[in-house]
Amino acid sequence: MNRRFLRQALPFLTLAVVLAATFYVQPRTMSYFGLNLMLQYAVPIALATIAQMFVITVNDLDLSIGPFVGLVSCIGATLLFDNPALGVLALLAMIAAYGAVGALIHIRNLPSIVVTLGLSFVWLGIAVLILPSPGGKSPEWLKAIMNVHVPYAPFPIIAAIVIGVVVHLALMLSSYGVIARGAGGNPKALSRAGWSMLKTKVIMYMLAGFFGVLAGLALLGLTTSGDAHVADRYTLYSIAGVILGGGEFIGGRVSPLGAVVGALTLALAGSFLIFLKISPDWQIGAQGAILIIVLALRALVSYGEQKR
Amino acid sequence: MLKKTLACTIAIAALMAAGPAMADTKDKKIALSNNYAGNSWRQAMLKSWDKVTKQAVADGVVAAADPFTTSENQVTEQAAQIQNLILQGYNAIVVNAASPDALNGVIKQACDAGIVVVSFDGIVTEPCAWRIAVDFEKMGASEVEYLAKKMPEGGNLLEIRGLAGVFVDDAISKGINEEVKKNPQFKIVGSVHGDWAQEVAQKAVAGILPSLPEIKAVVTQGGDGYGAAQAFAAAGRPTPTIIMGNRQDELQWWKEQKDKNGYETMSVSIAPGVSTLAFWVAQQILDGKDVPKDLTVPFLRIDQDTLEQNLATTEKGGVANVEYSQADAQKVIAGK
Repeated sequence: MNRRFLRQALPFLTLAVVLAATFYVQPRTMSYFGLNLMLQYAVPIALATIAQMFVITVNDLDLSIGPFVGLVSCIGATLLFDNPALGVLALLAMIAAYGAVGALIHIRNLPSIVVTLGLSFVWLGIAVLILPSPGGKSPEWLKAIMNVHVPYAPFPIIAAIVIGVVVHLALMLSSYGVIARGAGGNPKALSRAGWSMLKTKVIMYMLAGFFGVLAGLALLGLTTSGDAHVADRYTLYSIAGVILGGGEFIGGRVSPLGAVVGALTLALAGSFLIFLKISPDWQIGAQGAILIIVLALRALVSYGEQKR
Repeated sequence: MLKKTLACTIAIAALMAAGPAMADTKDKKIALSNNYAGNSWRQAMLKSWDKVTKQAVADGVVAAADPFTTSENQVTEQAAQIQNLILQGYNAIVVNAASPDALNGVIKQACDAGIVVVSFDGIVTEPCAWRIAVDFEKMGASEVEYLAKKMPEGGNLLEIRGLAGVFVDDAISKGINEEVKKNPQFKIVGSVHGDWAQEVAQKAVAGILPSLPEIKAVVTQGGDGYGAAQAFAAAGRPTPTIIMGNRQDELQWWKEQKDKNGYETMSVSIAPGVSTLAFWVAQQILDGKDVPKDLTVPFLRIDQDTLEQNLATTEKGGVANVEYSQADAQKVIAGK
């Protein structure tokens, strides 16, 4: 048995198991309508997970992605709705801000956890300033995109596949992707080879910002109105999604397809627990348990790998 | 022959006329989607739901009435929860929402799937849903109305407000202040935030008391009357008429004063049992009744003569509660 293959297949196996269990508990979900409904909210989570993955690739951690997504949803529901040009400008500024954060972390050699934890309050503060109480309106085109009905396969599944494949091609197969991953895995070697670590970090952070913006807009298209606190849990979800999908905290070791699958698994696990009518007090614990089981399985596989 | 046919026709017509009114809901399923369970009011709300709906299911009025609570007060979590409830095939979803706007997307999906959505307490703005709202302004105004009747000569008032920045606090205070404007014999000479908690209210009132003239009455928002009474007693000042907010400690104190010196006041708040009103409204809609989209919850008022009875049924540390019946819901729907 090829251990490496097994480890890469683990996220997909986990998703299959959770999906099968959900179908078993609630057969109604096994339909176009059911899958569409159940997986809709997984799309913004998948996008946020990809954003987190870019940061984890360069061996950092982003604790601000949840409030950032919330801020994007607030900008989308106010500026982007009232004045599209200004809204787009604001969103571009947000992406640039992410790049600046990456530069700051690299140049001053600051711990990313501390910087992004501080930023999470900044994002939340700006969001509350823009939209003091929940409200605003989603632009019509966003709603239309998120509620589009594709024949044969539900939109969330297609969206997840497209996101996963595009990012996989860019990060895992392109030559610059190799450098980006190397920047996380072995930064010294890469900078000795003449690559600018600063540039790489800024690009990766900007990509994270870009996908964070996409996540916020996707979420806004679903909720149809903004709320500063709408995505507070995304920070946790995104990190868990990357890890569930086979990523590791040592930098460079990530899997975009796995991250998307991890996000879908987390979203499905939530539904599954609701279908089982598990008390809410246990739900977070149960989600954590799924994470631990998967990590334990992975450790088991890796252990065998090393032994050989 | 003709006579017989005619009689038959009439009988059938009569049956058909009676049909819609008797449309029954015994195979319908209703779910409660609740966003938060972290305080005594919400706990009482869930308990009331449990009690009333279990009986309704046992009586065969509806097939199921399951409560679902999200673990954290989070919009996305509740949205996902409601989507799952749609998939589970509930006929109606009763919602206490985490956000008035941000759930509109999923609420619309539920409506499109033919599901009746009734929101209460934390209401939603999506037009396809029903709303059972609380008229907090009227609640504030009713306090001043009571005082105007009790002390026509008027006097100085102290206002205890709730948690700053929450719309409920603004609404109640607005109602109080507007009613005071209509009754110029009253004057609000001081205002503090008691955060709907006795200890906070006590501290806040104790802090402002030395700077105040004689206070005739204290207008409150609930959960703060007992603390205010303690502050007045500690400062050695005569106890004014303090409006209470249906908390057990407040009613208990009122009862003690009443027995000692005939103290008079009134108490008003929202009964957590409003969840059961929402349940019956949902049931009535499923039954095919014509129900207006916007309904108002009556608040629960306790007066001098109903004090003992309410105190006896209120748990220690709890809130006076009332569970609604089908007949109560029909009355609210009829606008009475």
